[in-house]
Amino acid sequence: MSFDLRELYQEIILDHYRHPRNQREPERATAHSEGHNPLCGDKITVSVRTENGQLAEVGYHASGCAISVASASLMSEAVKGKPLGEVERLCKEFQGAVTSPDGGEFPEMGDLNALAGVREHPVRIKCATLPWHALRAALSGVDKMVTTE
Amino acid sequence: MVTATSFSVEAIRKEFPILATRLGDKPLVYLDNAATAQKPQVTLDAMDEFWRTSNANIHRGVHHLSQMATAQFDTARETVRRFLGARHAHECLFTKGCTEGINLVAQSYARPRLKPADEILLSTMEHHSNIVPWQLVAEQTGAIVRPIPINDDGEIDLAAYGRLLNERTKIVGLVHISNSLGTINPIKAMIAQAHAAGAVVLIDGAQAGPHLPIDVQDLDADFYTLSCHKIYAPTGMGVLYGKEALLEAMPPYHGGGDMIRTVSFEGSTFAGLPNKFEAGTPNVGGVVGLGATLKWLMALDREEVERHEAELVGYAETLLSDIPGVRLIGKARQKAAIVSFVMDTAHPHDIGTVLDAEGIAIRAGHHCCMPVMERLGVPATARASFGLYNTREEVEALARGVQKVKEIFG
Repeated sequence: MSFDLRELYQEIILDHYRHPRNQREPERATAHSEGHNPLCGDKITVSVRTENGQLAEVGYHASGCAISVASASLMSEAVKGKPLGEVERLCKEFQGAVTSPDGGEFPEMGDLNALAGVREHPVRIKCATLPWHALRAALSGVDKMVTTE
Repeated sequence: MVTATSFSVEAIRKEFPILATRLGDKPLVYLDNAATAQKPQVTLDAMDEFWRTSNANIHRGVHHLSQMATAQFDTARETVRRFLGARHAHECLFTKGCTEGINLVAQSYARPRLKPADEILLSTMEHHSNIVPWQLVAEQTGAIVRPIPINDDGEIDLAAYGRLLNERTKIVGLVHISNSLGTINPIKAMIAQAHAAGAVVLIDGAQAGPHLPIDVQDLDADFYTLSCHKIYAPTGMGVLYGKEALLEAMPPYHGGGDMIRTVSFEGSTFAGLPNKFEAGTPNVGGVVGLGATLKWLMALDREEVERHEAELVGYAETLLSDIPGVRLIGKARQKAAIVSFVMDTAHPHDIGTVLDAEGIAIRAGHHCCMPVMERLGVPATARASFGLYNTREEVEALARGVQKVKEIFG
């Protein structure tokens, strides 16, 4: 495998792809949103339960490539239980980081740093951001399909 | 291995400059020909020569260059006529693509004729470009679009087709070769059946152009569309063939210059075929390139080309199906140039990315055929599509690339 591919398909990505965390419908979900990448057919439904200004639960059903499923799984771990303000900040930070031009430093974001490799693959960036679009839509009460386009 | 035939893939490859490309330390293996084909030197030269020596706007120009450009343009149309086996050159219209040709027929032929409850039959394996224009015209007229089912192997259910045809069927739209599955549809028989029911047939020949000899008169197709860039010619162009009587009876699709006889503010009268449907300045240099490409293609032994491509498909199917966890999608008995597959452990997009790192260009996704994907129960496929310049070694590289995918994804 070339160096390039190892960057993209890190073990942590493959692990989250094979064993997605929090892939379920949360109990007493308060909002849902569906994300769709019409170019490749990737689909994700994100469901959330908010309580007292916190993202108490987040779950999803993702059908797509390794990058989009791993991104959803890593996202769910990163945002679960966090205050909504912080979730919003994380979403912005992550989306900003993966869509920034090559070479810029990726902020320290724990396991999410495993997704930094997508910056080298412009056509795959939308795979990584799709779950985050859907999460933000669910949190802002947009109960409709969001797309990457 | 060189076989004792008039077709030599080694010689053909030398005619395509881009095939010498190296991606890092790996040779380019271009297996995305169903999306667009590469261009031979003869095409590049013809266009270059045109721009350097003959460029002018066509028709009506009294000066030397305009006459040269017009002559080359008209010659190319005659070459297209030969390529399609049409009776008249003016039955072959230049469009900006296969898609525009279908929209032209939907709006100019179908829209004035369709009545509420009239039916348009389309196979489930149509490209979106042979579905959406009909949905639009159905909405405009109250007509109904009905899908013709396909079986699990990706073949049209001919019995169901027979049952669907009825006196309300006004249009049948069929893809000659499926871009997602490679199925070659038995269009000649299907056209005859449609005609017996009183329907007019449009054949989407986007994928057939590069792979099969076409004879629209033998097929008795009413309309037949081509995508030029898939036939080794430049992008931005298509051809719409229509039977003279049908085209004569149709109103213009676009209004503008070059398509009129007279214009006054009280009203305009329109030019005859083909100009009636070719408003505005066409892609003259591109059409000249197309003419050169088709001449080149027709000079090859098409049967040998077909045999070579069929061998590549067979070899790819054999090598890929030997890899555990790989499943071929589309197992029609009659297939051309396309091998679609999925893997248990890797999504088609990931397959595409891993192969790209190996220098291998394939396509991953729904291939603008969402109804096919739904019917066959896959969200997307990885698709390797062949051109006449592909080799057995490239098929082996594809199989090795798929093994790499397995190494990563298990």
